[in-house]
Amino acid sequence: MTKIRFETHRCKGCGLCVLFCPRKNLRLSDSLNEQGLSYPEEIDPDGCTGCGLCFRMCPDTAIEVQSPKKDNQDKQ
Amino acid sequence: MAVFKRTPILKDQLTHYCPGCGHGIAHRLVAEVIDELGIRERTIGTAPVGCAVLLYNYFNCDVIECAHGRSPAVATGIKRVQPDKIVFTYQGDGDLAAIGTAETIHAANRGENITVIFVNNAIYGMTGGQMAPTTMLGQVTTTTQHGRGGQGEGPPIKVCELLSTLGGVCYLERTAVSTPKDVMNAKRAIKKAFQNQIDGKGFSLVEVLSMCPTDWKLSPAQSVDFVNEKMKPVFPLGVYKDQ
Amino acid sequence: MAEAAIQAGCRFFAGYPITPQNEVPEYMSWRMPQAGGVFIQAESEVAAINMIFGASAAGARCMTSSSSPGISLKQEGISYIAAAELPCVIANMQRGGPGLGNIRASQGDYFQAVKSGGHGDYHLIVVAPATLQELYTLTMNAFDWADYYRNPVMILGDGILGQMAEPVEILPYQPILEIPEKDYILTGCRGRLSRVIKTLILDPADGLVRHNEHLQEKYKRIESEISLCEEYQTADAELVVTGFGVTGRIAKAAVRKARKKGLAVGWIRPITLWPFPKQAYQEAVRAASKMLVVEMNHGQMIEDVKLATECAVPTEFMGKGGGWYPDEKSILDKIESMIKQPAAAAKGRVS
Repeated sequence: MTKIRFETHRCKGCGLCVLFCPRKNLRLSDSLNEQGLSYPEEIDPDGCTGCGLCFRMCPDTAIEVQSPKKDNQDKQ
Repeated sequence: MAVFKRTPILKDQLTHYCPGCGHGIAHRLVAEVIDELGIRERTIGTAPVGCAVLLYNYFNCDVIECAHGRSPAVATGIKRVQPDKIVFTYQGDGDLAAIGTAETIHAANRGENITVIFVNNAIYGMTGGQMAPTTMLGQVTTTTQHGRGGQGEGPPIKVCELLSTLGGVCYLERTAVSTPKDVMNAKRAIKKAFQNQIDGKGFSLVEVLSMCPTDWKLSPAQSVDFVNEKMKPVFPLGVYKDQ
Repeated sequence: MAEAAIQAGCRFFAGYPITPQNEVPEYMSWRMPQAGGVFIQAESEVAAINMIFGASAAGARCMTSSSSPGISLKQEGISYIAAAELPCVIANMQRGGPGLGNIRASQGDYFQAVKSGGHGDYHLIVVAPATLQELYTLTMNAFDWADYYRNPVMILGDGILGQMAEPVEILPYQPILEIPEKDYILTGCRGRLSRVIKTLILDPADGLVRHNEHLQEKYKRIESEISLCEEYQTADAELVVTGFGVTGRIAKAAVRKARKKGLAVGWIRPITLWPFPKQAYQEAVRAASKMLVVEMNHGQMIEDVKLATECAVPTEFMGKGGGWYPDEKSILDKIESMIKQPAAAAKGRVS
């Protein structure tokens, strides 16, 4: 079961995760975090494949993804 | 079970970087590499002058903050005194390729066994968007208001190409953090640059083309396009030296 | 000086060639590796002082040497090292200035050395040896002071001292201070919290104000603990002659001759220029009615002499920059002309 967790207080609302989600399953929220910024949320709670691209593009390490896939981070 | 989460060496601290700034991604990659290589407890980093000056607030390892451009000389001093430690510099384009050009070239040519992470966003970020040595021809900055190239400013300095002629250099690669694929590749390069040092191979530098939405006056999404469409043709990605 | 540094445990030297101090890096280039240390011929003075910054941060006893124009280039790094409270020893074998000047001896960098030559409020401990034996001893002491106070120490010599030959007894290093363990150096954070060495202090709660206050407290402590000078027959002197480094040495020869002629002349030479031996000067002029300051510049240390003595007696100056140096006879002539003047008249002229 893929789980994606947003540390919304870390988010600066840059939207790179939204831009690079291959399933287009992320959007910026209407509500705002403590800093007054939008943060990402899933459109379809079951739509995440756990690919981790959002994590890779997030400049603020505000996203954590747990995925059943065996691939682990960017290890080469 | 694959887990994507913040690596331990990165402190919980929120960064001061602007939304969409590439420094955050570059920081994460360096941090992950240090953790994966298990070298945190023998790593000493240098913080530059520029946007990354507060690097020590984010990395849980020993860090020394250097004068503008002097990181390669400071790193030389540290590494020569403690050859068993892993010493890396993290520098921007102004720091490494303008005020610190001499220190960069000579540390490289001496073959200092250090790892240099060079973040190139073609602009001075911290001081508010002035021309950098890597600002591209035609690029508008606060000190090239009609685009670089009009008034004796010269073309951008290409650091990897420049350093590739030096005998002391072990490894040079230009990478980017503007697409997930580039990010993964940048991490591979950074890991190689640290591994080279562990193996005693000498001077390794990884250039990272990075976004600066605030000073480019673009959105984060437009900034990604700027790197991919404007910067990559001028600064081609790839390995420039690998010995 | 180079051998004294090695004897004192200096194991890192970075420098850049400049006359008249090339003998130091040349000696270090072969001697340092022999002693198991590191010698680097840097690409510039700027790089050299920053290598020292790194080497000191990594815990090594380290040193750089240069001459006037090169020391100007080092000022950026010196300010950072002073701000970060890292120990190191910097030698300046002064030459004629300003600008490229010439390669003759000079004392034109006094102000730069003792008034913090770079940006910000800081002090170097500054010593001015007059003989090669003293240079040898002070170099070893300099490493102890640097480590003990966590402060850069400058050895302010000149082209004469840098180039002369005289017998030196190579004494073994004897620590003059007990150096506490360096708990601030960067060694990788194994088994401890990570450390940061930095000079940017943005703390909104007046962090930089407090850091400056801390530095000033340290400087006050150094002022109360270090103060070296050499005196000769000041107790009954009508005229006290002073000068630092080799100028002081030449002046002493003139004063000896004056004494032989029966003139009531005394002599004082500061060994530490910062802290300036104020009290010794106050005491030296107690019996005197006038002073003569001799320098190889146009009047720099004379300001500290006047401050130290609070202009208690008329103070005359003899000196020139650009490579001029005083000889015994001209100082003796000056002494004779001053001593023939009635003190009261001289006093009246100044006040």
